[in-house]
Amino acid sequence: MNRLLEWIDDRFPLTKLWNEHLAKYYAPKNFNFWYFFGSLALVVLINQFVTGIWLTMSYKPDAAKAFESVEYIMRDTSWGWLIRYLHSTGASAFFIVIYLHMFRGLMYGSYKQPRELLWMTGMFIYLCLMAEAFLGYLLPWGQMSYWGAQVIISLFGAIPYIGDTLTLWIRGDYVVSDVTLNRFFSFHVIAVPIALLALVMVHVIALHEVGSNNPDGVEIKKHKDKNGIPLDGIPFHPYYTVKDIVGVIVFLIFFLAIVFFWPEMNGYFLEHNNFIPANPSVTPEHIAPVWYFTPFYAILRAIPDKLFGVIAMGAAVLILFLLPWLDRNPVKSIRYRGTLYKWILGIFIVSFLALGWLGMQPPTPAYTMFSRIFTVIYFAFFLLMPIYSKLDKTKPVPDRVTYK
Amino acid sequence: MKKLIAICFLLVPVIVSATGAGEHLMHVKIDLKDKRSLQHGAKLFVNYCLSCHSASYMRFNRVAKDLGIPRDVMKKNMLFVTDKLGNTMKVAMRKKDAKKWLGVAPPDLSVITRSRGPDWVYSFLNSFYLDEKRPTGVNNLVFKDTAMPHVLWELQGWQRPVYSEHHEGEESRKTINELELVYPGKMNEEDFQAATRDLVNFLTYVGEPAKLVRYKTGVWVILFLIVFLIPAYLLKKEYWKDVR
Repeated sequence: MNRLLEWIDDRFPLTKLWNEHLAKYYAPKNFNFWYFFGSLALVVLINQFVTGIWLTMSYKPDAAKAFESVEYIMRDTSWGWLIRYLHSTGASAFFIVIYLHMFRGLMYGSYKQPRELLWMTGMFIYLCLMAEAFLGYLLPWGQMSYWGAQVIISLFGAIPYIGDTLTLWIRGDYVVSDVTLNRFFSFHVIAVPIALLALVMVHVIALHEVGSNNPDGVEIKKHKDKNGIPLDGIPFHPYYTVKDIVGVIVFLIFFLAIVFFWPEMNGYFLEHNNFIPANPSVTPEHIAPVWYFTPFYAILRAIPDKLFGVIAMGAAVLILFLLPWLDRNPVKSIRYRGTLYKWILGIFIVSFLALGWLGMQPPTPAYTMFSRIFTVIYFAFFLLMPIYSKLDKTKPVPDRVTYK
Repeated sequence: MKKLIAICFLLVPVIVSATGAGEHLMHVKIDLKDKRSLQHGAKLFVNYCLSCHSASYMRFNRVAKDLGIPRDVMKKNMLFVTDKLGNTMKVAMRKKDAKKWLGVAPPDLSVITRSRGPDWVYSFLNSFYLDEKRPTGVNNLVFKDTAMPHVLWELQGWQRPVYSEHHEGEESRKTINELELVYPGKMNEEDFQAATRDLVNFLTYVGEPAKLVRYKTGVWVILFLIVFLIPAYLLKKEYWKDVR
């Protein structure tokens, strides 16, 4: 066995890679609950890949057959229903995990120096994920698939001069059609997954270069023993592998409970209207995107002008890229920041959730007013950050991590 | 395209207020473990619905297997439009003809309980009432001006609306308070509700046949994970003993 390993190591850096990324990658020992979501994101990604491969075996990207082929998977292929629900629930689970992963970053200042690029690669993954989810949602070819795509694609029409040409170019037709379905399928199963996989690798490489942040926001690399090993670090394998296995099992209990007992999640994960085959001549009464897009959809609707609405929606996502430079506070972790930031972050989270809820509702004057208020708060969180993050009174940061 | 968006947004409140009013749904108790109810529902479906509505993703032999209906019984009593048990529940009527005769092609019912919900389908079947203004002679409380005739009249009989008047200032508005039976059918009210409940129960099964195994499998999967959690947690604890 050892000789085989030597033989491989002479030709491929197997042991080196194993050590650099697992056995001798030293992670802070004080990770808490919030640090499960990175590895969980990987679990969900693998789930989406594997179930996606199997779905592709029976799915037909053809406007005349797509809806039928999904029902065929649900009824006539062995365990097809399970594979489909794992994939559809996986899409929502991916966003839940990613949102919690990002919230962790916000709480502990994981985007701050020296992890700016780590944060940005994560943001690119998030963008890819949004694209992937949007593209995939067209494939079941239900009414919501069709009209959701129609509405979102036509948003590009708001761009001056090139708008109409651009929407035509995206759809490949004057309306969402078989042509659109085929190209969305191609992007969903080939282009975006490749990009996602590459970005995830870049994200992990970036993480392992700078090292993980932790709930105390102190750099463990500042204090090393004589062998150069961080005093507060423990090897990722076996410590965090055995810990993450526990996390994965707990996650799977929740995830599979939804898959087996509530796969529609009362219309939030699989919308009722999407069980009606796409019909280009009948517009559904209420078009709303799936829950993970609704905060941004609410921002779009909050603004009366369509072009500015689209710009605001785009800005709401892209502004997250700037976070490392908007935050001027020297302290990373929320544990040692002042009450001001805690309040502001709390209000921001409430606004984000409220926007998410409002984005699902049919607009009424009162809802629109609330959407506007929360939109202002959403942007104020970022735009005023250079000011309030400087004003905030901080507590002294300990030299080493706290671990009971 | 810009107009389309604008129209979509503008229409939303109008349509929501239009559909939101007056839709008081009856509740139906779904029980997929009740094989007798499912079998009875299948019989009603084949006899009353399948001549116009298809369930084209559902196969006869799957129904036979899942509901415990012997294949020869199925073949003799339920196969009207096809001679193969492996076929799906299609209708003989062509879509084009259906549209000409009925105004709209009757929708496929494979996943109707998943888009409308069982309560809606149940309420729909129970709330046909006489309306001379309609070409079919009937209207429906939950689906106003439906093109569907009252197919189950033989069983239910005919219902008439009872109005109540509201005065708003000088205007007075008439709304339907309830429906009353004017010509009884073969069944009394209770039996008819039970029959439509069986039909909706069957349609719920047709909407997702996997439901029959989904819950059962799910229980074992979750139990396995809970048991698996114990050694995984102990392993973690063992390794982390030396972390200080």
